[in-house]
Amino acid sequence: MMQQRAQVYEMKRPAHEAKIRLKNVRKVFKLEEKEIEVLSPINFEIRRGEFLCVVGPSGCGKTTLLRILAGLEEESSGDIEFVREATQPGKKERRINSMVFQEHGVFPWMTVRDNVAFGLKAQGMGRKERYEIADEYIEKVGLKAFKNAYPHQLSGGMKQRASIARAFANDPEILLMDEPFAALDEQTKIILQAELLRIWEETHKTVVYVTHSIDEAIVLADRVMIMTTRPGNIKEVIDVNEVFSRPRNVDNVKSSAGYGEMFGRIWSCLRDEVMAHQREVEEGK
Amino acid sequence: MSSTTKTSKNMFCMTSDNFEKMLSVMSPVVLLAIWEAAALFGWLDVRFFPSPTAIFAGLWNMLISGELWEHVSISIVRIIVGFIAGAIPGIIIGLAMGMSSKMRAIIQPLVHATFPIPKVAILPLLILIFGMGEMSKYAIIALSVVYMALINAYEGVRDIPPIYMDVGDNFGANRKMMFWDVALPGAMPAIMAGLKLGMGVALLVIVAAEFVGAKSGIGYLIWNSWQIFEVEKMYVGLMVTAILGFATAALFNYMERVLIPWRKGPSRRPARSKKNAKA
Repeated sequence: MMQQRAQVYEMKRPAHEAKIRLKNVRKVFKLEEKEIEVLSPINFEIRRGEFLCVVGPSGCGKTTLLRILAGLEEESSGDIEFVREATQPGKKERRINSMVFQEHGVFPWMTVRDNVAFGLKAQGMGRKERYEIADEYIEKVGLKAFKNAYPHQLSGGMKQRASIARAFANDPEILLMDEPFAALDEQTKIILQAELLRIWEETHKTVVYVTHSIDEAIVLADRVMIMTTRPGNIKEVIDVNEVFSRPRNVDNVKSSAGYGEMFGRIWSCLRDEVMAHQREVEEGK
Repeated sequence: MSSTTKTSKNMFCMTSDNFEKMLSVMSPVVLLAIWEAAALFGWLDVRFFPSPTAIFAGLWNMLISGELWEHVSISIVRIIVGFIAGAIPGIIIGLAMGMSSKMRAIIQPLVHATFPIPKVAILPLLILIFGMGEMSKYAIIALSVVYMALINAYEGVRDIPPIYMDVGDNFGANRKMMFWDVALPGAMPAIMAGLKLGMGVALLVIVAAEFVGAKSGIGYLIWNSWQIFEVEKMYVGLMVTAILGFATAALFNYMERVLIPWRKGPSRRPARSKKNAKA
């Protein structure tokens, strides 16, 4: 019995199996004849089931990278390979990814329930079935009492809970998150980070999480990818899991001795890039 | 700031909400009273400007005889049929223009070219095409409404924040869902604004159209009464038009609350009056 369970866990999280392979992914924006390189060729493997945080100076293309992964923008050159999960016999193919957007991502004209069920509706699921699944995830994010409320009746934190429920309800293979908690106050942020970890640990989906907060990256990530200033590339990848193992407790991580050291390590990598970005801004580049 | 909020308590010691409501009721009443007095004291020529009481008496007589309802009902039917015939295609085409650049390329020049033509100016043409019957009235109303619905629906879609389109894309919504679940509700506030404008224009146009191209309706009542010098009846016609305008505005405000439940609605008041209401 015990052995069987361990095996399932192994199947869920084998060490270092690739989920997304980025090969020479490059992105160029054209602005009045001028070409601006946003991402210089990136080569990277995002592991299956890992929580990857991407940090970098503003304008470094981290959101662009995420939007490319989400299929909302196309890479200018290079190749992205998704390693798909085997489809269960008799079941529909799962969505490859779902995105949790920045603060205004929930539809103001839909109730929480319809927002959460949106992806399922897009997959062609009937009303009764999709509401059942939506309700389950609404309960998971603690919005049960608000399932018939409209977003304007919710606080910023509650809206992001709905947004997270919508992405998880869709049951994608990969979750993409674009600074979902950036607009929230510190207290709400800490609580939502803990809840996100709790829900994520139930499923261990592959997560790519863009943030500008080093603190958030340490608390959430298995690995932190630090990006250079524009054109964005990988400066360094730091393994947080070596220091803070799973399952992780947000409060313990923040108050632990290793936290400050980890913060310093990431910041020392990031500082030069942020300074370089500052100089660019000052020179009006 | 604090000193102004303290002194803003009004002389009736009411909450500012009720005070404002009372002002809204009082202003027309006071105006009517001045008018009545002016007629009474001979400051106005009552042959052209009969007193409000005389007009109300005329209104009463026309109500009793059923004459008024005959004219009003036929105008209302024209407005409703024409409005629906204009609004629905207007909304659909406008949304399609907002969602598809091809549709935009096809329709936009036509709209820009034909919108500025005064709709009343093509009434002769419409009568030529549809005859003197009801069809020509429906057509001119529909034509007046279609632009308001179309332009506002189009702008409404264009103003939807791109993030909602991204959400739709990322979650794999098909065209049908993009239309019904994203574009239509997202543009709904603008569409309602367009429909309100359209209804205003419909009232203007129906009265003008009935002046010349009809033997019934409110416009006919006004024009005919003027020609046979039954001035009171003309004023009754004007008054009924005003009441219709007021009633449709109220109806549309109600529809807006039902159709756009996600709007903050009545609670979205200026901060200042809220403070007073608590005091």
